[in-house]
Amino acid sequence: MSGARARLQRALDVAGPAIGLLLVMILFAALVPDRFLSAYNFKTIATQTVIVALGAIGMTWVMVSGGIDLSVGSVIALASVVTAVLLREGQPELVALLGGVAIGAALGAVNGLLITRLSIVPFIVTLGTMGIARGAAKYLANEQTVNADAGWLADLMTKTPDPGWLLLAKGVWITLALALVMALLLRRTVFGVHTFAIGSSEATARLCGVPVERVKVLVYVLAGVFGGLAGVLQLGRLTVGDPTTAIGLELDVIAAVVIGGGSLSGGRGSIAGALLGAFFMAVLANGCTLAGVPNYVQEILVGAIIIAAVALDHLRRRASR
Amino acid sequence: MTELLLSMERIRKRFGPVVALAGVDLEVGRGEVHALVGENGAGKSTLMKVLSGAHAPDDGRMTLDGVAYAPRRPVDALRAGVAMIYQELNLAPDLTVAQNLVLGRERSRLGVVSADPRVDRALAVLDHPDLAPDRPVRELGPGARQLVEIGRALVGEAKVVVLDEPTSSLSAAESEKLDAVIRALRARDVSIVYISHFLEEVKRIADRYTVLRDGETVATGRVADTEIAAIVEQMVGRSLGEAYPRVPHEPGEPLLEVSALSGRERPEGASFTLRRGEILGIAGLVGAGRTELLRALMGLDPVRRGRVTIGGDVDGGAGVRRRIAQGLGLVSEDRKEEGLALDRSIAENLTLSRPVARLGWIDRRLRSAVTKKWSARLAIKMDAAEQPVGALSGGNQQKVAIARLLHQEAELLLLDEPTRGIDVGSKVEVYRLIGELAAQGKSVLMVSSYVPELLGVCDRVAVMHRGALGAPRPVSEWTEVEILDEAIRGAA
Repeated sequence: MSGARARLQRALDVAGPAIGLLLVMILFAALVPDRFLSAYNFKTIATQTVIVALGAIGMTWVMVSGGIDLSVGSVIALASVVTAVLLREGQPELVALLGGVAIGAALGAVNGLLITRLSIVPFIVTLGTMGIARGAAKYLANEQTVNADAGWLADLMTKTPDPGWLLLAKGVWITLALALVMALLLRRTVFGVHTFAIGSSEATARLCGVPVERVKVLVYVLAGVFGGLAGVLQLGRLTVGDPTTAIGLELDVIAAVVIGGGSLSGGRGSIAGALLGAFFMAVLANGCTLAGVPNYVQEILVGAIIIAAVALDHLRRRASR
Repeated sequence: MTELLLSMERIRKRFGPVVALAGVDLEVGRGEVHALVGENGAGKSTLMKVLSGAHAPDDGRMTLDGVAYAPRRPVDALRAGVAMIYQELNLAPDLTVAQNLVLGRERSRLGVVSADPRVDRALAVLDHPDLAPDRPVRELGPGARQLVEIGRALVGEAKVVVLDEPTSSLSAAESEKLDAVIRALRARDVSIVYISHFLEEVKRIADRYTVLRDGETVATGRVADTEIAAIVEQMVGRSLGEAYPRVPHEPGEPLLEVSALSGRERPEGASFTLRRGEILGIAGLVGAGRTELLRALMGLDPVRRGRVTIGGDVDGGAGVRRRIAQGLGLVSEDRKEEGLALDRSIAENLTLSRPVARLGWIDRRLRSAVTKKWSARLAIKMDAAEQPVGALSGGNQQKVAIARLLHQEAELLLLDEPTRGIDVGSKVEVYRLIGELAAQGKSVLMVSSYVPELLGVCDRVAVMHRGALGAPRPVSEWTEVEILDEAIRGAA
């Protein structure tokens, strides 16, 4: 495979989900044109994508390094509760926001340290912290929603933003900006190259003096930061801290990364692909609701699409060998 | 010979440009223990893979028990009565001895596995105190596990059992136990193909032998009529006059001094000195501890005891990052698993140990230029620096792995089987490159299982035997037979 073909391959990695997305959009545009094809509906979908997309940015790093993070849904819930509690205690919004992000980062650090120090596989460690974070969130919130004035945090997730020329919610722009930064970091920095090297061949990375443990811990901290931020925005959206929010969301996040070309065995994945995957699933959910497709059909569809996306990817890869 | 059971005639097999088998003949009699010997790379493993259906031969024919035999998959060989017992054992450790013995051949009534007389019969032949039918295989030692594998062949009523280096992980007592089982199999008219480097064992247990060299059968005969020394000479043969380009170089002051270095299990008390501009070769059998020596030096495996001096720094073992900073670099024998990240680009692989970056950001243009510079210097055939390294041929992949050490400006190169799995042309290029590195004043420590290569490339050679490193000697003071003899029997 030549360099030009390698570039083409990378373009195709993103083109695959993009074409799928386009097909689904054409389908819904034909089924429910007036309701699906409205500016307001597009704003709604974009806002609905934010939480999964933020989780998927962190998850992309984790999966590129050959790991997995099942705790992201619980981290979102815990961060939303922590932020709400801080607001209720009268802390300014910025402090509350930083508190939510910090709790996410701390849980990420716990994940990373357990994985590297105790050599336990990421699946098990994060399965454990998934339960711990969820329990902690319920404890902090006294097993009920935490009411607090979210202030400008609520504005972040308003579909019709102020000023109006922004067109989309501020949270959407924040997500896109962070995605751009993270994509650059992943492709252009030594840290990014090390993450890919570990996921592709950990033994080779070790041989070359890559600080494997340090990189892994940082990767999980990063995932925690994005989980925390998603939690803060979730609070902005719901305007209450909810310890039972985002249950099972980790699976949507993983699905978004996988649809976007990420691999569970590591070494592959892109931020752009993960964003497309997240958007794809939001479009599907939105379109199905508008078209009156029952929820169970939607679940079956998402399941089939995940399998089809990975199967197509395998076929394409075998053909290019 | 007893009545002919298995014959393999004019078997040929090539992998791309590499000819692995160039017309091999092997005849094994019924109830005979037949030793298959030859140096590493002589073609023994490939021949056995042909026999077991893992590789299809390009040419040649086989008969088994009087009928044509052409297995297309391993399961065909198993059904026809050919059982392979490999060095890395294929047992399910959580199942019991009895379950492992009949695995895949269970007899059941209404889906429930029933008690099986075949288990009792097999255990009676194996006759080992540890082998209780209900015991999980996990609890067994390597010797008993191997017997379970042989027992599996008995349950399958194998006609031919292939034992690949069966004693390499066994104690003396376990080896004797294995001898007894082999005799019991012979008494039941089962034929054994016995692959071993330990010629004393061959002398003790085998009836006949066949010697492979460079993919051809060079000798066959009765063990009782042949001396060990004669078999060694047949294994080595005449030099084929392979091209070893010599680049003139002059050893300078010592760069690396190793004294009494011991790893987790191997090496055991290794000591040697390596000078600048010197190429030191390490010979030995597979499993002697040569790779472990390199890994301990590089900081990839822990050092239990001993002292390492590199250019004046003394320590008792250090991590990989410190070793890289000290100018060490290692090319692994296992390129695919540890050496290259195959789905990453040539540029990324080449610069992984010393990224081309400023403040953590990769300078892509410079990285690409660096990659092109090294690929031109080492004649790496590639289309683009951003191409995945896995798309290159084996020889070119190996050059990328070596180029990484050059880019990293390593002064001391640890090369583990640097010519494994690459074609003849690339081999010569790698030999020349190693000579040029020495001429630039770099030190090379090179492990190889191919003795002519060591004699052709190195200044001095030391032999490792079961973890112990012998004294290095200049190549002019070695013969190929002597090196092989020390590798097999240890230093006199």
